[in-house]
Amino acid sequence: MTYIRPKFRHPDLPKNDLGYTTKEYEGSLSTLCAGCGHDSISGSILQACFELSIAPHRIAKLSGIGCSSKTPNYFLGNSHGFNSVHGRMPSVATGANMANRDLIYMGVSGDGDTASIGMGQFAHVIRRNLNMVYIVMNNGCYGLTKGQDSATADAGSKSKAGSVNPFQPIDLAGLALELGASFVAQSFSGDKEQLVPLIKAAVSHQGFAFINVISPCVTFNNNPGSTKSYDYVREHIEATGKSDLIPEKSEILANYESGTGTEVMLHDGTFIKLEKLAANRDPFNRMEAMDALRDARNRDEILTGLLYIDPDTEDLHHTISSSERPLNTLSEVELCPGSATLSEINEDLR
Amino acid sequence: MPNSKVNDFVVRFANVNGTGSASANYLFAKAVFRMGIPVTPKNIFPSNIQGLPTWYDVRISEKGYLGRREGVDLMVCVNPQSMPEDVLAVNSGGYFIYDCTKALNPAMIRSDVTYIGLPLMDMCLREFTDPRQRQLFKNIIYVGALSALLDIEFSVLEQLLAEQFVGKEKLVAMNIKALNLGIDYVHSHFTYPLDIRLERRDLIGDKILIDGNSACGLGAVYGGATVVAWYPITPSTSVVEGFESYAKKLRIDKETGKRNYAIVQAEDELAAIGMVIGANWNGARSFTATSGPGLSLMNEFLGLAYFAEIPTVLIDVQRTGPSTGMPTRTQQSDILLAAYASHGDTKQVLVFPATPKECFEMTAEAFDLAELLQTPIIMMTDLDLGMNDHMSEPFHWEDSRKYNRGKVLNADQLEDLPRFGRYLDVDDDGITYRTIPGTHPTKGSFFTRGTSRDEYAVYTEDGRVYARNMDRLLKKWNTAKDVVPAPYLYQKENKSSYGLIFFGTSTYSAEEAMDTMASSGLDFDAMRLRAFPFNQTVADFIHSHEKVFIIEQNRDGQMRSLLINELDVNPQKMIPVLNYDGMPITVHTIISLINKNLSPVINGSTSKILS
Repeated sequence: MTYIRPKFRHPDLPKNDLGYTTKEYEGSLSTLCAGCGHDSISGSILQACFELSIAPHRIAKLSGIGCSSKTPNYFLGNSHGFNSVHGRMPSVATGANMANRDLIYMGVSGDGDTASIGMGQFAHVIRRNLNMVYIVMNNGCYGLTKGQDSATADAGSKSKAGSVNPFQPIDLAGLALELGASFVAQSFSGDKEQLVPLIKAAVSHQGFAFINVISPCVTFNNNPGSTKSYDYVREHIEATGKSDLIPEKSEILANYESGTGTEVMLHDGTFIKLEKLAANRDPFNRMEAMDALRDARNRDEILTGLLYIDPDTEDLHHTISSSERPLNTLSEVELCPGSATLSEINEDLR
Repeated sequence: MPNSKVNDFVVRFANVNGTGSASANYLFAKAVFRMGIPVTPKNIFPSNIQGLPTWYDVRISEKGYLGRREGVDLMVCVNPQSMPEDVLAVNSGGYFIYDCTKALNPAMIRSDVTYIGLPLMDMCLREFTDPRQRQLFKNIIYVGALSALLDIEFSVLEQLLAEQFVGKEKLVAMNIKALNLGIDYVHSHFTYPLDIRLERRDLIGDKILIDGNSACGLGAVYGGATVVAWYPITPSTSVVEGFESYAKKLRIDKETGKRNYAIVQAEDELAAIGMVIGANWNGARSFTATSGPGLSLMNEFLGLAYFAEIPTVLIDVQRTGPSTGMPTRTQQSDILLAAYASHGDTKQVLVFPATPKECFEMTAEAFDLAELLQTPIIMMTDLDLGMNDHMSEPFHWEDSRKYNRGKVLNADQLEDLPRFGRYLDVDDDGITYRTIPGTHPTKGSFFTRGTSRDEYAVYTEDGRVYARNMDRLLKKWNTAKDVVPAPYLYQKENKSSYGLIFFGTSTYSAEEAMDTMASSGLDFDAMRLRAFPFNQTVADFIHSHEKVFIIEQNRDGQMRSLLINELDVNPQKMIPVLNYDGMPITVHTIISLINKNLSPVINGSTSKILS
């Protein structure tokens, strides 16, 4: 999408708690195709970070390779970003997080990057419950290499050229639930109202937060017959309910009628408010989330919203008992045992 | 031959793996060391946990030669499986110790070897009741027998057992009992000591006995590594295990009890190096250790780290490969794979330690080098150095030493900077300034990627910008030449038209070969390589010699190829001296291969004969 973005901003743009407008959260101009779902997701990430008043430099953006993995360049220009190796973003994010537990890690990947070449790393980053947000911009095809089917393409889905995908899809949200992810959500790039609060909740979640976002590829997979087209997704979407993230200092429940929602307290003190949950939906029940997802799939529906959350989860740093201080702030003073200790070690080796 | 073999012989233990022989054999080697006599043990083990043959060679050398020597003077054979080949391995005039609980197969009897039968199984059945104890103490009984046959001081063994089993007096007593069973049996059945025997010396000084992998692990603790990611693979596994065991003692925060380090066992080597790159990008010192197959898998990421200029430390413990079996044997065969690791125009910095002391020093230094040069540093050690115990100079650390974090801008520096250019060559040395994520709210952030960026890290596919960056990387490479560990020259001035080049674990046997050949009147100049890229000293050494022998442990002369390729020297004068059977190279191999090359010259122009 090549156009010249005007430098002018309305002087009355709303400011967040840090005094920043959304301008401070913008990145470079996107070079993705006009109408690409990924650009909408970038916009939602930007909006979520703005609304949470996160200082941009406290976020690290990480991605693999592909159209989706190019997007971190297009949001949060004041954050460090790392466009790494195809399918290997989870390992780079893991190392980065181990080095500094105090930053927010925003991982962006695609269906090729996650469900095929990166499947192993995806599974293991979930297993370790790394404290990060992992967004898959899922369009069912390989955009950057011009439209080949990906592993999330539905069986029977037709490509632009008319060929039918014969293979079963990999359901990333279902897989994340199965592997024990502590936060699993699903959304649609075109539903900013749903996606922004989900991203905010994912950022606040102190563990691995996965959001699978169906994001149509306007150029290669938006044809009739595709199950990842705008039209198909809009016709088959089913929401689990509305959610919103309430910052710690807000009056809880002020705007909500009691009895209509569920609140989930997160470890950073914020609450997620889940409204209008579908009948009998329990966001803390992993088995139920898996069943609901499967049932929706059997009805050819895409279940969206927050599917599962474990608010009491403990992340990798807790598991491996690493220092509360970010490891990258430690110096010789804390790290080097010194010559006297070395003399003792030498003595033990004689 | 009275006294001719005092403190100069090879003992080989032939055991079944998984029977606890390793600690008994180590007890023997350590006892020799404690008696002040240079010793070099080598474990030759299978890719197996229990039931296959395993050997432990101990070379004792008053002259201090630490390389492997061919030929066994005394065989301790407690493995019937390998007995036929073990009998053949004994030097003429040597000794063969075996378990005489069962009669020896007559086919095993050689007339030029002295047989010493110990009823090991019988003694164990009689003296111990627990089946596991019977197995374990069999090993200690033969150490006891050896102490009588070879004159090992009993007090030394006692002391070692007391140190090993602190607080477990009962175990010490049982071990002493087993030792005495062996000693008493020898005293009542054989003439002792043998002509090969030990005599206390004072040749060790303040040296230590340790394996290279543990030394690397300790070096990483001292070098400030905080993030470690790895995937298990022999022979590199004990590097990270070494790090962890030292870190558990030395890196616990006193107030919180939390760890000032983080270790993750990754799902594979790709993830391991990815984590290391992510951590270093984020300002922590991080490393991984692997072996050949892991290095192959890490190639893509090593390219990214090269082009994105991210400090990375990788310890490659080389072995024979691929697959399983021979990979538990040593080799120096990853040189070319490591030197040019990854796709595109890449060259990687390599360092070559030769001793545990260098494993410690070079690992610690690798973190400085990686951050100074903002590139991967690959340490090329091997199974022989990594997994065997070596006599080494002690470790040393200057308390005034500060970590050299290289060119990293802090918040104040960024504040004063009109515009930050991540890949801007401000100092004209090819090394640019980097920032760590989270440093400054509005300045210094950049998007890290491979090659498609300009000096300000802005995306571009302009070929001229790409070429300019590649030239700058070459400038950095040239800067690296005099920053990496310098080659070690054995002479101040050339004294021969022949030169030897070697590195890593070929050093011990190469030095012995130089000594041996010098005593036959043939002098060589020599240089030990310690790093790649090669500096001018390496080029000058080659150019100033008529013939240069490159001693290494692989089939294709990989270091020779690297030297020829990088220094543009005449391949004709570069003579490969190679060993690639998976066993550490010996002085015999080196001399015979050099001899073979020089013999027409020797026959034609001189009468010197090499031993």
